[in-house]
Amino acid sequence: MSVNNVIAEVDEARPDDDVTPPRRRAVRATPSWRKVLKNDWRLYSLLVLPIVFLLVFRYLPMAGNIIAFRRYRAGGSLFGDEWVGFHYIQMFISDPTFWKVFFNTLILGGLTLIVVFPLPIILALMFNELRSRAFKRIAQSISYLPHFMSVVIVAGVVLQVTASRGTINQIIEGFGGDAVPFMQLPEWFRTIYVGSEIWQTVGWGTILYLAALTTIDPQLYEAARIDGANRWQQVWHVTLPGLAPTIVVLLILNIGTFMAVGFEKVLLLYNPLLYPTADVISTYLYRVGLGTGQFSYATAIGLFEAIIGLVLILSANAISRRVVGTSLW
Amino acid sequence: MFRPRRVGGIADSRSYTVFRVINAVAIIVICFVTLYPFINMIAIAFSSEGYITAGQVNLIPLGFNVTTFKLVLADGMFWRNYANTVVYTVVATAIAMVMTTSFAYALSKKRLKARPFFVGIAVFTMFFSGGIIPHYVLISSLGWRNTIWAIVIPNAISIFNLLVMKSFFENFPEDLEEAASIDGLTTYGTLLRIVLPLSKAVLATMILFYAVSFWNSWFSAYLYMSKPELNPVTVYLRNLLASATTPDGAAGSDEGLQIAASAKAVTMLLTVLPIVTLYPFVQRYFVSGVMLGSIKA
Repeated sequence: MSVNNVIAEVDEARPDDDVTPPRRRAVRATPSWRKVLKNDWRLYSLLVLPIVFLLVFRYLPMAGNIIAFRRYRAGGSLFGDEWVGFHYIQMFISDPTFWKVFFNTLILGGLTLIVVFPLPIILALMFNELRSRAFKRIAQSISYLPHFMSVVIVAGVVLQVTASRGTINQIIEGFGGDAVPFMQLPEWFRTIYVGSEIWQTVGWGTILYLAALTTIDPQLYEAARIDGANRWQQVWHVTLPGLAPTIVVLLILNIGTFMAVGFEKVLLLYNPLLYPTADVISTYLYRVGLGTGQFSYATAIGLFEAIIGLVLILSANAISRRVVGTSLW
Repeated sequence: MFRPRRVGGIADSRSYTVFRVINAVAIIVICFVTLYPFINMIAIAFSSEGYITAGQVNLIPLGFNVTTFKLVLADGMFWRNYANTVVYTVVATAIAMVMTTSFAYALSKKRLKARPFFVGIAVFTMFFSGGIIPHYVLISSLGWRNTIWAIVIPNAISIFNLLVMKSFFENFPEDLEEAASIDGLTTYGTLLRIVLPLSKAVLATMILFYAVSFWNSWFSAYLYMSKPELNPVTVYLRNLLASATTPDGAAGSDEGLQIAASAKAVTMLLTVLPIVTLYPFVQRYFVSGVMLGSIKA
């Protein structure tokens, strides 16, 4: 994720009052729309297609969420046919399956956040201690590779490694244990999911940390050494504080996507036997909506999920701005 | 690699040298674990069924043969879906590049009125989306099911790529564009004849980003394509995987399923082939692309 970029964007979204004194602002009155369009229409014409794209394929579906409050009939209006108020909201609140998938989502998202999030930091620090440039480059290249695999390939790899005669079971049997039918036991799903997530994302996740490491002033290390700091103390007092802004920003972004646990991966990996732990909000609404055609009900669930996501990222950002002083905007 | 080093007159301590050895070994192990699934996949693809069934294939193909390759390659549907993937990837990448480049270029211009607003409506979609059902309803009511449009249009702008390109264009030397406009080039002319030819690095990176993501995508095709002959190869592979992962199938120890295991490995191998072959050559572009996006100039 391009983190600082997002910050830059959002910084720009604020008028730069500190830079321009208010009085000069009035003098440099912004030209009217008519004027800019007349003089510079070519530049504005470049915006037309992308804005139409955003409106139709991003904002129209947001408006389409209205069918969470209206009854939708297949082939009927995009926005449903009649108001039903909070009918569908009440429906999922009183739906025991919904609460089960809700907690599955929380657990899976929470595990991913707690286990997967710190690993790229550790790996980046490990890479940083390598002195041979060639070795470092090769190791990094290898660690990025899984990031470029389709989620279908990742699912294939997971199924292959966890198969009844797969590598993991061969190791278990090699130690005298009995083969475990991993993809039939709900209690294993979370481990498998998080494991595959680590395999796929950790290497790629180091990139931003490695970039941040290069910006730490070498003089700080020198000063720390002169003050008698050993390697651990240098990492603790120089490297980690240097990484802190990057860590915080990535953490906020991760919290924001916390509810959207890898929908595609779960969909590819799970089967009815694994529903007790593997079924998450998005897979449930997919089955309910597209499997059984309850569009309005599924939309209500999806809206709920999206709003939680938005609230999470907004609050993570607000808390971080107060406590750490770093924020996305 | 493990020589103690003297920096500023202070030699590495013995414990640090030990740490560096352990660290290097740990990284070698991590690299092996990362590569293992691919090696295993290759080994299975080239092994004979007997050894796969016995669960003996790990790093090296046993009973080397290419029968499954011939089997998969003889399947007309595989070829058709592979060709679809190529077509979808090329068309989608072309559309995405036109959309993203023109949007990013316009957004990079300080003189653009209401620029924060336009940037804002783009960035907001990173944090909130309409959800899968409204998207599905939209595509269906556009009549795009079973057409290429359902795949190539709805993901034409990735906000991440947009921001990377925008920051690149923002750092583009202004004098050059000014000179071009004094020489009588319009905004279009400046973009096409001055800016784009000098932005090959970022354009190449963005093409790679888009091409890989479209090559790898499967879900929109899975959702909107009901005819097998329209599927990309990822959906072909997904159906192959799903055929053996139903609860009763997962228990499978019968031979038919193990033949399927090698067929799956072969299909996976052929699907990742372009990426893995190109990877060593293009990997640094990806990294520089991400850096470009992350370091605020």
